[in-house]
Amino acid sequence: MHPVLRTALQRMGLSLLTLFLVSVIIFSSLAMLPGGFAETVLGQSATPETIAAFNHALGLDRPAYIRYFEWVAHALQGDFGYSYAGVGGSVKRSVADVIAPRLYNTFFLAIMTAIVAVPLALFLGVLTALYRNGWFDRIVNATTLTTIAMPEFFVAYVLMVLFAIKYRWFYSLSTIDPSTPFWEHVYRAVLPAVTLMLVTVAYMMRMTRAAIINLLASPHIEMARLKGISPAMIILRHALPNAWGPIVTVIAFSLAYLVVGVVVVEVVFVYPGIGQLMVDAVSSRDVPVVQGCTLIFAVTYIVLNLIADVIGVVTNPRLLHPK
Amino acid sequence: MTAGHPKSPRARRGRFAAVRRELSKAPLSAWFAMIVIAIYAFCAIFAPLIAPHGEAEIVGKGYMPGGWHADFLLGTDQIGRDIFSRLIYGARNTIGVALVATIISFFIGIAVGVLAALNRGWFDQVMSRIADALLAMPALIFALMLLAIFGKGMLNLIVILALLDATRVFRLSRAAAMNVVVMDFVEAARLRGEGTGWIVFKEIIPNILAPLVTEFGLRFCFVFLTISALSFLGVGIQPPTADWGSMVAENKSLITYGNLTPLYAAGAIVLLTVAVNFLVDWLLYRTSGLRDEQ
Repeated sequence: MHPVLRTALQRMGLSLLTLFLVSVIIFSSLAMLPGGFAETVLGQSATPETIAAFNHALGLDRPAYIRYFEWVAHALQGDFGYSYAGVGGSVKRSVADVIAPRLYNTFFLAIMTAIVAVPLALFLGVLTALYRNGWFDRIVNATTLTTIAMPEFFVAYVLMVLFAIKYRWFYSLSTIDPSTPFWEHVYRAVLPAVTLMLVTVAYMMRMTRAAIINLLASPHIEMARLKGISPAMIILRHALPNAWGPIVTVIAFSLAYLVVGVVVVEVVFVYPGIGQLMVDAVSSRDVPVVQGCTLIFAVTYIVLNLIADVIGVVTNPRLLHPK
Repeated sequence: MTAGHPKSPRARRGRFAAVRRELSKAPLSAWFAMIVIAIYAFCAIFAPLIAPHGEAEIVGKGYMPGGWHADFLLGTDQIGRDIFSRLIYGARNTIGVALVATIISFFIGIAVGVLAALNRGWFDQVMSRIADALLAMPALIFALMLLAIFGKGMLNLIVILALLDATRVFRLSRAAAMNVVVMDFVEAARLRGEGTGWIVFKEIIPNILAPLVTEFGLRFCFVFLTISALSFLGVGIQPPTADWGSMVAENKSLITYGNLTPLYAAGAIVLLTVAVNFLVDWLLYRTSGLRDEQ
């Protein structure tokens, strides 16, 4: 078998193992609940009968491993069970129905951010590496260090005050529903996307710069310099191709980070995505919804990390033959 | 860093003189960081003495404007509590919770990490796989899930964040300890018949402390930002306890009227994280500079 394929399959197997462990943790955390879930939800005054009835209604009276495999089997088919919010009432809402439209919104926001953030970060990274230690580099460096240290909600509110309230260019709240036209959706998602961009560009740009500068000390760059090639050409033709591995890895990590940043930003701008849904579900302790959201976040995160890993190996053949 | 001083008799100087010498060489950003951190620590420790009003005391009408000549420097919040006092108490609560969680995570992480490095085998395997699985999920998402299950509350918050963060400390201390356990002096201690406790505390931990100290600063920032985010989302530190994250959330409706009150608390968070980052930056630069000299 080709060594690249073998390594890729190996990493994939490891990711599947991690995913299995994560799903066990997500599932069993519910079983670890002190005093049982029913008691926590129904309160101190619940009689044993009501608790038994509640457990039976949710199927919680069967052994844990059976429920685990059932849960996984259903989750694989996109069925995450029913939201607890409807239990006891006449309307039963399935978790998948609750999550699906929101998932689309969240991916919309994440992709919109990535489309702008990745090229911008690469461009700034190359530029700061080219003019390293100059005033441009210093300014960009100080700015990115500061944006990294800021919580997302601070960046979000500052942008909101500036661009939605002082200058009324954008809406301060991103109200969106399925009937919103595409470009209107883009327009309303600008401020959340810019917030996420500021936070992720900082990471990606710094790592790109570091990866390129790391390479500038190597002999082949010195050779190129001695041949009299211009600094810009050296970076674009000789340094960048060798830096792709670490750069792409960082991009994948940053996109994985987007998944987390999205939670806070969605709450600030009341953007109807999966992050906001999860926070609401945590507040009302709607565990199936929380589990479904966590699983989706975890899968996205693990898959992006897997991609980063595989690309890192492919672009650096030395990793194929570990000592 | 390396150019300024040749091999001077620095080692013979007292510890106090060495510290003073380091400080005199500290860059402006490090001084700024130390001053900011000192002010925050002062506010946190002496909060009841500095704050003009009580933490949850209702002292006026809601949303009263502030100013130098007004009764309330920064105005009042939505139910008439003094924002300036709550900011000062917030230093105590927010930083306190983050600090306690970070310290617990370091105790657990270092203990388990060093033990795993000492006894490679099933213990190391099990712990490493658990840490890998916990690290495979974003901390904020995991914390949200655990808070949904165990319920909100200060104690749950501290325990959950400490355990989640301990996995990262575990990774680092295990890797650092791994390089130390193979050293001759550890072997010698073993042959001398020293117990595990001696080897861990007298041989290994002193030798892995340097990277862990700077890591402490970074982990603190991370925990602090996570707590602020969780509180902002309404599932972290609960009212009426004053806390910067929830103060932003409580007053966020003011933003739409162009009132900047919610940004005070957010600014307090930013200033502290920036300061800690500057300090860590300087410490890292210093330790790496010293390493170059050898």
